[in-house]
Order: sequence, then C-alpha cells, then structure tokens
Amino acid sequence: MFLLALRDACWLTLLAFPLIGFDLVQKYGETGKEIIFEWQAIGTIFIGILLIRLAAGFFKRYRIYRCPEGRLQEAKLGISNIVSKVYRLFDHRLHQRPALVTLFALAVALPFLPRVSNAALDVLTLAFIYVVLGLGLNIVVGLAGLLDLGYVGFYAVGAYGYGLLYQYWGWSFWQALPACGMIAALFGVVLGFPVLRLRGDYLAIVTLGFGEIIRIILNNWDSFTNGPNGISSIPRPTLMGLEFSRQAKEGATTFHDFLNIEYSSNHKQIFMYLLLLSMAVFTMFVVERLQHSRLGRAWIAMREDETACAAMGINTTLAKLSAFGLGACWAGFAGGFFAARQGFINPESFTFIESATILAIVVLGGMGSTVGVTIAALAVVIIPELARGFSQYRMIIFAVALVALMLFKPEGLLPAKRRMYELHPDDPNDLNHENQSVLEVTRQ
Amino acid sequence: MYFLQQCINGLTLGSIYALIAIGYTMVYGILGMINFAHGEIYMIGAYLGIIVIGLAGVFGITSTPVALMLAISLAVAITSAYGWTMEKIAYHPLRNAPRLAPLISAIGMSIFFQNFVQIGQGAKDLALPPLIQGGFAIGDPAGFQIRFSHVQLLLIVVTVVVMAGLTLFIKGTKIGMAMRATEQDRGMAALLGINPDRTISQTFIIGSGLAALAGVLVSLHYGLVNFSIGFLAGIKAFTAAVLGGIGSIPGAMLGGLLLGMIEALASAYFTTEYKDVFAFGILAAVLIFKPNGLLGHNYVEKV
Repeated sequence: MFLLALRDACWLTLLAFPLIGFDLVQKYGETGKEIIFEWQAIGTIFIGILLIRLAAGFFKRYRIYRCPEGRLQEAKLGISNIVSKVYRLFDHRLHQRPALVTLFALAVALPFLPRVSNAALDVLTLAFIYVVLGLGLNIVVGLAGLLDLGYVGFYAVGAYGYGLLYQYWGWSFWQALPACGMIAALFGVVLGFPVLRLRGDYLAIVTLGFGEIIRIILNNWDSFTNGPNGISSIPRPTLMGLEFSRQAKEGATTFHDFLNIEYSSNHKQIFMYLLLLSMAVFTMFVVERLQHSRLGRAWIAMREDETACAAMGINTTLAKLSAFGLGACWAGFAGGFFAARQGFINPESFTFIESATILAIVVLGGMGSTVGVTIAALAVVIIPELARGFSQYRMIIFAVALVALMLFKPEGLLPAKRRMYELHPDDPNDLNHENQSVLEVTRQ
Repeated sequence: MYFLQQCINGLTLGSIYALIAIGYTMVYGILGMINFAHGEIYMIGAYLGIIVIGLAGVFGITSTPVALMLAISLAVAITSAYGWTMEKIAYHPLRNAPRLAPLISAIGMSIFFQNFVQIGQGAKDLALPPLIQGGFAIGDPAGFQIRFSHVQLLLIVVTVVVMAGLTLFIKGTKIGMAMRATEQDRGMAALLGINPDRTISQTFIIGSGLAALAGVLVSLHYGLVNFSIGFLAGIKAFTAAVLGGIGSIPGAMLGGLLLGMIEALASAYFTTEYKDVFAFGILAAVLIFKPNGLLGHNYVEKV
C-alpha cells in the first residue's frame, strides 16, 4: 500500500510541477531572465499527497462495499458513524422534542453568555442565513430531485429586492421582506416554466445559465441597479420601529433610549443573531412539515421516478413549479436578510461559487435531511472562519473535501433514511451493480 | 465590410469553442456526464503554453516556430496527463454512482483547479508577448479595413486540420471504433472485448489535448490568461456542444462555429455587455425546443 501511495504521490507531484514548481522571472525585452525553483512548495505537495493517499487507502479498506466483512469495523471506525449514532439517539421520538428545545434554548442564551464576542455572533448570523439557503435548496434538490445550479440567482433577487425597494420607495426591512420572498418565488416559477421538460444534467446547466444571466443583468443595468458598485447604506431591521443606532432618524426612537439604557453596539448584533436564529428555526419547521405533507410526498415520488409518479396521478408540472417557487422563496428571504446584515450588496456576492457552496451544504448534510443540512450549513460557514490562517487554501480544501465526500460518502453525513438505501445499491439487501447492468443489457 | 470583419472574429472565437466542445461532447457521449472541469483543463492548457514559451526563452530558444511547437506539444501532453489523472481520481470510482455524484465531483475538481492555478501562478493576468505579429488588411487603407491577423489564420487552419484529423481518427482507427462502440452501448462493447475503462481514459486524453490546444492558441491570440477564464469558456463550449447535438463530434464543430458567429455578431450589433446572456439564452432555447441539437440523435425514453 505504501508503494502505491508513493507511486501516486510521485505522479501527482510531477503533474503539479509545471504549474507550481517555478516562478518565471520573465521580463520580456529585458535581459534578466531567470527561473526560481520553488522546491519547498513541491516538497510540501509531495508529502501532503503521500499522507492523503495513505489515509485514503486506509479508509478505503473499511468501505462497506469493498469488503462486506469489513462492515463491522467500519461501523466502529467511521467518525461520521459516531455522528449518526448520536443523531439516531436524538432521532428517537421520545428524545427528539426535549433535545430540540434544549438546543434552541442554548442558542437563544448564547449571546447573553459572557465571553461571547461580537465577531462570533456575526459569524453565527451568517451561518443562519446559510441554514435558510441550504434548507431552501434542499426543497429543490434534496426533495424534488431537481438539480439547480443557479440558486444564487434567487438569493440575489431577494437581496436586490430589498435594496431596490429601499432605494426607490424607502421601504423598511419588514415591509420589504415578504416582497423579497414573493418576488423571488415569482422568478422561481417563471424560470421553472421553460425547464419543465428538462432532466438531470441539462436542467443543471440551464439553471446555471439563468443564475449567471441574473448576475450579468444586475451587473450591467447601471441605471436601475447601480451596476458593479451595488447598493450601499441599506438600513438594518428595526424592532417594532425601534432603531439600533446611536442616533435615531427623525421621528424614530432608538432601542437604548426606549429602554433607558446605555448605547452598546452589542444590541444590534444580538438582535440580528436572534432574528436569524428564529428565521432559521422557522425555516426548519416549515421544511420539515412540508416534507411530510401531500406536496412533499409528491416531490419525493417525483425524485424517485418521474414517469411512475406521473402515472400515479400526481401533477408533476405543479409539483415541479411549486418546488422551484418555494425553494426560490426561501432564497429570497435569505437574500433580504443578507442585504440587511451587510448593509451593502453588489453582484460580486452572487457568483456561481456561491451556488456551489449552497449545493455542497445540501449534499454534505445528506440530501433531504433537514437536521443534516442545518448542521452542514453551520459547519461550512464556521469551520473556514476558524481556519482563518489558511484563508488562501480555503477554497482548495473545500474542493478536495467535495470530491472526497462524493468518493467516500455520496449520501452525505446524515442522510435521510430513504436516500441512504438509494445510494448504496450494493448493500447486500439490494440489487448490486453487476446485476443491474446485466438487467439493463438484457432489457435492451 | 464591418459584417465580414465580425464574421472573421466569430470564426476565430468559434474555432476555440469547437475545440473545447469536442471534449465535452465525447465525454458526454460515452459517460453521460457533464465534465464540469473541462473548462479548467483548457485554462491549464493556456497557462502551460505560456509557461513553456517563457521557459524556452530562458533556455535560449529564440526561434518562434520552434518555441511554438514546443509549447503546443508540451502543453497538450501535460494537459492530457491532467485529464487522465482527473478521470482516474474523481470520475472513475463513481462510474456506477447516481448521476448527481460525478457532477458534484466535477464541480469540486473545477474549483480545485482554479484555486490550484491561482495559488501556483498568482491571481493576476499572465501576459504573453505577441509571438506572431502582422496580418492581412483588406480594403481601402484610408477607410475601413478588414483585419485578419496571422494568429487568427493559424487558429482557424489548425482547428480545421485537427477536426479533419479527429474525424478520420474516429472513423478509421481501432481506438475510434472502440469509442463509437462504447458510446452506443458500454455493456455490449465490453462483452465484445473492448475495455471500456481504457476507452474512457483515451476519450479524456483526446478531449483534454484538444482543450489544451485551444488554450495555447487563445493565449497567442489574446495575449492574456487568467485563472478564471475556464469557467465561462467551459459553459460556452458546452452550449456549443448542446447546440450541435451532444454526443456528436461534427455537431460540436458546427455548434462551436455557430455560437462564435452568433456571439460576435450579437456583440457587434447589439451590446457587448450582454453577449454572455446571448450564449446562455441560446443554450436554454436549444435545450427547451430542440434538446437533441442540430445534428444529434433522437432518443426515445423507454419505460
């Protein structure tokens, strides 16, 4: 195994060499042409790949479908299995409610604990926005099985919805928020119409195109959206008309004046945190209820087999459009909150990489699993913040993690139970691949 | 006159799209997956071309044709190796996985390559001095002239030659036959003694090589490359492949040229800012109204 790892490491290092290995100090037209070799970087890459390859080889041994008898060992070794064990404990009907209530109480109490910094609250606030986004995309991708790569477009629609409503008509956050969701849902339905007939990869690429079109239009329609400069000084939300600033605008009262306490910038932060916490919890609740509703079951049926689903009398057109619309609606809400949190938006925040991140959250959490997606959203936002020192390598680590996840655990960390069976077809209880491909050949 | 000029520009752009689109269409034909990282492979090809030309300068190779040949051959070889390795690491283990898995793996590879090159070569544009200068100018020297640079000529000629070569290769050789067989029915091809894994690897090698060729030619043409050029080029090349009918190699060529022309004319007569919107709009329209493309096969879904 070590020799194999060595071989792979040598090959990959050799490949990386032309792109990483040297700095060409090339000034054309000047005489000083030279090469600086970056041996240190190459050495690091070599050792890094070697270690990763050894670790991968080690994990591969314990993969379920490589050696069936290794199954027990895998159950003992996998970290994710420990996680899912803990999860199953909570999943038990008797434990679920108390556990959730405790968690929620802890989350509410968090900002009032000593030693919790503003920065930490800010990160958590952002994480809750991603929880909403992840759960919204979970409706489209996880439940309805429609691969949407342009989800960030609806997020942008929501954010710009609030920004523009404020800029042109001076709408406040609470007036604009429902509008954000509705505009985004409208966009979702309108863009969902043309792609009703598309499936799988084609759908993915067309939705990606739609997402990019929205961004390009926002970027270029200078007279309306202010182009690349974006919209700035968007007001923060108020609490029943109470502002969280030091000085109130005319005719308004500030929070600290109203309660007769000292002004503190913490109030604003805590308020945003609690607001988004409740939004995230509300989203979780709605998505969880939707999942078990008539519509949610129609989505899942459609994901499993569209033809069979239509044959059973489900209106797939309606199911698809409602999935697009509801998914986009949550993205719109998240966008409104994002605009309010940042106070500034521009098209740069809504690139494809954002869509990929949200998709990664859904996949990482286990598609269709509400709790899984929530945990994944928190992890995807918080872990990179903890690893600030590696900020240059953040995206590369993210990319490697995405590929590794697909290779080793395509069902995500906390898969919805139904999904788990689907993605491990070579489970002993199920048809295995060999059988399946033979079946396909004979069928044709 | 202006129209003719735009046609030449469109043809140049279209050749590049066509070269990249072939990689998409071949992979899609055989594996049925969108190789999302293909645009990044093209970007790596462009970078390698510039790096090799720079190295040639350091080692004292001053003759332009030699440096160019060296750049093209080395960039194509190394990029093919990248394509092969990418397939082995990120796609091969997912051969029988559900459709979403390889797509996400491909998105991961795409992000990886972008950041890899960004870390290795910096986020700034990398510039290449104009190696091949000059061109033809047709028309009244005082009025509007049609400019047709030598690089554009080279680009179009190379594309045509490579396309012809590839068509012959697919039609005539054993490897090409194996590819066609695997595309039609992988299981049956395997029963008849074709190694599908090897055929798929060869497909990735050829596709990556062509993308690298496009990359080197583009860096010669524009003189600038950036780590983020792959994404948009990849999407547009995919559009070209879909336009021509995905899975069909002549379709990819036709689709590439058409898309290049449409884009050049759209940016000439409407606006430059929205030329990407045109490309995406065409993609959506083709997929919705004629999902099999111009030269694609008709597939009927059996239940």
